[in-house]
Amino acid sequence: MGLTKRYGDVTAVAGLDLTVAAGECFGLLGPNGAGKTTTIEILEGLTSPDGGDVQVLGAPWRDGAEGRALRERLGIQLQETQLADKLTVTETLALFRSFYRRSHTVDEVVALVELEEKRGARVATLSGGQKQRLAVACALVSRPELLFLDEPTTGLDPQSRRQLWEIIRKFKVAGGSVLLTTHYMEEAERLCDRVAIMDHGKVIALGTPSELIASLGADHVVDFALAEGQAVTGLEEALKALPGVKAVRSGPPPAGISLTVAEVHRALPALLALLQSRGAELSLLTTHHATLDDVFVVLTGRQLRDS
Amino acid sequence: MFQLALARMREFYREPEAVFWVFGFPIVLAFALGLAFRNTGPGQLQIGVAPGGGDSALAATLDSSPRLIAAVLDTATARLRLRSGRIALLVVPGDPLVYRYDSTRTESGLARLEVDDALQRSRGRQDRVAVRDDRAVAPGSRYIDFLIPGLLGMNLLGSGIWGVGFSVVQARQRKLLKRYMATPMRRSHYLLSFILSRLVFLILEVVALVGFGWLLFGVAVRGSFATLAGITILGAFAFAGLGLLVASRAKTIEGVSGLMNLVMLPMWILSGTFFSYARFPDAMIPFVKALPLTALNDALRAVMIDGAGLSSLGAPLAIVVAWGVVSFVVALKIFRWR
Repeated sequence: MGLTKRYGDVTAVAGLDLTVAAGECFGLLGPNGAGKTTTIEILEGLTSPDGGDVQVLGAPWRDGAEGRALRERLGIQLQETQLADKLTVTETLALFRSFYRRSHTVDEVVALVELEEKRGARVATLSGGQKQRLAVACALVSRPELLFLDEPTTGLDPQSRRQLWEIIRKFKVAGGSVLLTTHYMEEAERLCDRVAIMDHGKVIALGTPSELIASLGADHVVDFALAEGQAVTGLEEALKALPGVKAVRSGPPPAGISLTVAEVHRALPALLALLQSRGAELSLLTTHHATLDDVFVVLTGRQLRDS
Repeated sequence: MFQLALARMREFYREPEAVFWVFGFPIVLAFALGLAFRNTGPGQLQIGVAPGGGDSALAATLDSSPRLIAAVLDTATARLRLRSGRIALLVVPGDPLVYRYDSTRTESGLARLEVDDALQRSRGRQDRVAVRDDRAVAPGSRYIDFLIPGLLGMNLLGSGIWGVGFSVVQARQRKLLKRYMATPMRRSHYLLSFILSRLVFLILEVVALVGFGWLLFGVAVRGSFATLAGITILGAFAFAGLGLLVASRAKTIEGVSGLMNLVMLPMWILSGTFFSYARFPDAMIPFVKALPLTALNDALRAVMIDGAGLSSLGAPLAIVVAWGVVSFVVALKIFRWR
């Protein structure tokens, strides 16, 4: 509630209010620097907020025995942790297991993340995806009620990403709650029951992925660009008047123009006719179903990935 | 905590370089120094004779003395050899004869006595008192006997500080410490695990170095092994604590390396590892004695050379323990966990 964290002059988290329900997979979504990691680390009790209240599993963060009792119930994966290179997979898990009173056996958790073949391999020899699965295994070993994952799939290849999604999905099906951060909208759409889109330390949208997409008022996006050197005066107004077009956004040239469209089958022929009548030539034309990426672009005017 | 200590040990023995620096290096050092300073009886002294009247006769007289080797050298060579210590003393013929030598060199002082004695005798000087030499080599009086306990102390210091310091800073750099903080692990357990794993490796270190000294140079332990074990455990505990303190704040390997050298170098020099600290000015002695390595070396020598018992070592061991406890408590207080 009203969560705030400042680093010098920079306010990383500016008055955040969130509630994550039990059994839910909640996603914090946003570009790099939006304050996702700071938020999740405050919730994990690793960073203390400059303002606001935090309750995790119904309890505030305290030092000493109460804090440790709370940690017994959590599973945490940090974005930047590199596990010890010289230890093997099973040794690493045995170490993390020893910190908890109640835990999975090493064999159980190795099976959960499908690292059976790499049991005896040293961490240094694992691939990026395998290391990340081991990091998640270290978080799962405590049989957590609540799992924190900070950008679990950043930098992974599509197959490793899908493997991790499957692990998270199974954890959820078994009744666990998940809070994850990501800057992949696709990940949020696949995994999360609800997402909060963050930008500059604030939540700018909150809801289920389908609600957020529906808030665009249209489920398709048409992107097009004109051939070089062509400009059409009064184009934007003309586009807005096309049937089914809900919103028009044009980036600075040479970026293209993006239309949010309810009915592609009506909007697209009308667009082509309009351009033809103005004598403009297309250099690009694509359409796709609206995604959370588009929600972010509409809300901030910026692309998610390269901002 | 057991698992933490086990992890520490695994990380250590899987690092071949670390194993060499902890076990191999002191043994190589002991071997080299043991050879260089082996007891071969009083050695023969090299004497130069400068060109001049009767130089070769002078050289022949000196050379006939059993403890001297003398030769006529031209001026330039003689100067060079005197400077580089290859001759202990230069005799310049004339009236009076001139002995040229560096009075701060023990060897040169000895050479002056031997040369003068040989020359005076050859001119007819008689001894006024009859004497007989009775040469005795007391056990434990050789340089290697002095050196092995010193190396043992230095090794405990080095492996404590290196072993603990580097792995703590590495874990901090890799955000592994932060990850541990996200578990219910007790902070003191993490720090204690270093001390525990140090104690296990300590046994190997001590056995390796003492065994080596005994096999190759016949360096015996005159006191009890139990006492020796007790002292080394206290030493390892103190230096692991010191290692934690050194690593408690540093964020980078470079930073901690500098701090480690700052802590270790003065002790290597001051604490009587290679030579007795009695050579330092009296005003420095109380300070030198307060260093943990000095206290540990004193205690180790007392046990290995003099066969002292634990009860007579209260003062140095109190210093060692005090360093360990204070370092550990301060380290726990100021430790940077993220």
